[in-house]
Amino acid sequence: MTGISVVVAEDGVLLRAGLVGLLERFGFEVRAAVDDADALRAAVASHDPDLVITDIRMPPTHTDEGLRAAVELRGAYPGLAVVVLSQYVQHSYAADLFGTGEGRGVGYLLKDRVVDVEEFVDSLRRVCAGGTAVDPQVVGQLVRRQDDPLSALSARERDVLGLVAEGHSNGSIARRLFVTEATVGKHVGNIFVKLRLPQTDDTNRRVLAVLAHLAGQGG
Amino acid sequence: MRENGPLTALEAVTWPRLLVSRWPWRSLVYLVSTLPLGLVAAALTLVPVVVLVTRWDAGTLEVSTALVLVVLELLLVVGLGPWFAPALARSERRRLRWVDGRPVPERPRPVDDVSATTDPMPSRYADPATWREVAWLLVLATAAPAAAVAALTFGLLVGLYAVSPLVLLAQRPGDQPVALGFWSVSTVAETVPFAIAGIVLLPVVGYVWTLVAGGAAEAARRLLVGAESEIRAELVEVSRSRARLADAFDAERRRIERDLHDGAQQRLVSLTLQLGLARLDVPPDSRAGQSLATAHDQAKELMTELRELIHGIQPQVLTDLGLPAALAELADRSPVPVEVDAELDSRPEPRVEYTVYFVVSEALANVAKHVGAAGTVRVTVRRASRAGTVTVEVSDDGPGGADPARGSGLAGLADRVAVMGGTMFLSSPPGGPTTLRAELPCGPEGAL
Repeated sequence: MTGISVVVAEDGVLLRAGLVGLLERFGFEVRAAVDDADALRAAVASHDPDLVITDIRMPPTHTDEGLRAAVELRGAYPGLAVVVLSQYVQHSYAADLFGTGEGRGVGYLLKDRVVDVEEFVDSLRRVCAGGTAVDPQVVGQLVRRQDDPLSALSARERDVLGLVAEGHSNGSIARRLFVTEATVGKHVGNIFVKLRLPQTDDTNRRVLAVLAHLAGQGG
Repeated sequence: MRENGPLTALEAVTWPRLLVSRWPWRSLVYLVSTLPLGLVAAALTLVPVVVLVTRWDAGTLEVSTALVLVVLELLLVVGLGPWFAPALARSERRRLRWVDGRPVPERPRPVDDVSATTDPMPSRYADPATWREVAWLLVLATAAPAAAVAALTFGLLVGLYAVSPLVLLAQRPGDQPVALGFWSVSTVAETVPFAIAGIVLLPVVGYVWTLVAGGAAEAARRLLVGAESEIRAELVEVSRSRARLADAFDAERRRIERDLHDGAQQRLVSLTLQLGLARLDVPPDSRAGQSLATAHDQAKELMTELRELIHGIQPQVLTDLGLPAALAELADRSPVPVEVDAELDSRPEPRVEYTVYFVVSEALANVAKHVGAAGTVRVTVRRASRAGTVTVEVSDDGPGGADPARGSGLAGLADRVAVMGGTMFLSSPPGGPTTLRAELPCGPEGAL
């Protein structure tokens, strides 16, 4: 898992340095670390990285420069994995981003997640492998505000649903909950039946189906 | 204020502690200063009248001269009065503060009278305030110094009576009798009734001075400040200062949020990240590893706390993206299901945005507390550009009966809205539903 080339865009000097240190520590090859969206576009054009990690909120307007750049880059470079970091949960952000490239190779994480170093790197690798990473807090808020359809789920099934939505595979979920993969499979099956979602073994499709379901209920 | 007692000399007259307070002495200063000021006023306005009276007194007044003098006097007062009255009025306003603790605004001007500042000529004669100043000028030239002289003389006499035995004792035999007002005395024994009267009357002097100074000051205030315009000016000033305070608080809150976000939060995230990285290089079951793990976990908790703190001060999503996004986020955090319908064609001013956010946030907290998660809440925000208002409405299907008087945070909410010059309506009949509605002025008209 070494040799993944990365371009980092983050306007906070300290966090940018921290991110670079973290990435290099785990064998990522950091090709450029920039501090605004224009520099990000330029860096991607000249360095052709595998992965882009960008802050959503950057100069000059401090609103969603990073996200717009990310969506653009996803259009311009098919196969480019992108992880956006946000200061807070924002649904429209997530929706915009997951609408690109069928939601493959996309991550939406809260900035605070960076400090859980191994999990953060794990999410990055999942995204680079074409997977999806959704911040647990985003999922948590989505799961929390649905009550009617989700009230049919047991507490354990809700936990599993959360992890599914974050982009974990059955194996990964089993390790986290300290249960067998078969048990997870059973829970997932139950969840999909209860929520009337189409069954699929593809982790990625599964995430999107669950997210779409949750988001759809919210609107 | 200053003395934690009466605000004006006139009020002080009925104050039990008048004689031990500073009021009689302030009044004395006021009365004494009336004399030179009155002299100037008389010199400026009364010369023809004085000439008239002296001539008439001497029997040398002719009708034509009298006419000329009267016309001259009228010209002086009507034509030139408006030119020098304001200067004297200015010193009078300054002087008023000695005996009148209420604010003395500068000369009031009609708010919409722009010409008053650009073109002094016609407005000087057209402005009623000018003529009030001229009227005060005449009072200052006549009645005010007369009253002051009377009050001061009274004080002087009483003082003289009180010390008259001493005066007599200081005399050498054969000196002239001492004049005490209408009487004169030549022995110490004769002075005794005067001394008694003087000592008895001494406290009265304090009252007389304060009363006369207070009366003159009140007349000056009536003429120079004008009771009504003063109250109106004070109200406007109070509203303005309240709005300024609220603005200052808003600005300060945003600054603190920015500082915390750009400074402490960034550093803390970086620190926590470093701790997380350090953990990787140390065996987790070693003592260092355990300490690092604890430090890392504590740093993470602190990060969460700081984030919540910053969010409480000024939600960043509100600053960045405006009301619809911030309200959606608020709805997500609420344990009660919330439907948000916020349609705004443009972003209102920051303080309006924050107030709307604050209203919704408080209303949702109330609903969560009193209604519980069983209900549903609907939040609607609309902007009526033509009316220049933003309206926010929060309704729930709870049991109703919300009462602002019972300290449910609704009163604070109403205050917050009132500072913005807005109004809040609450409808909460027993049995529900409850609707809270706030209308906030917005746009150029919104600025007070």
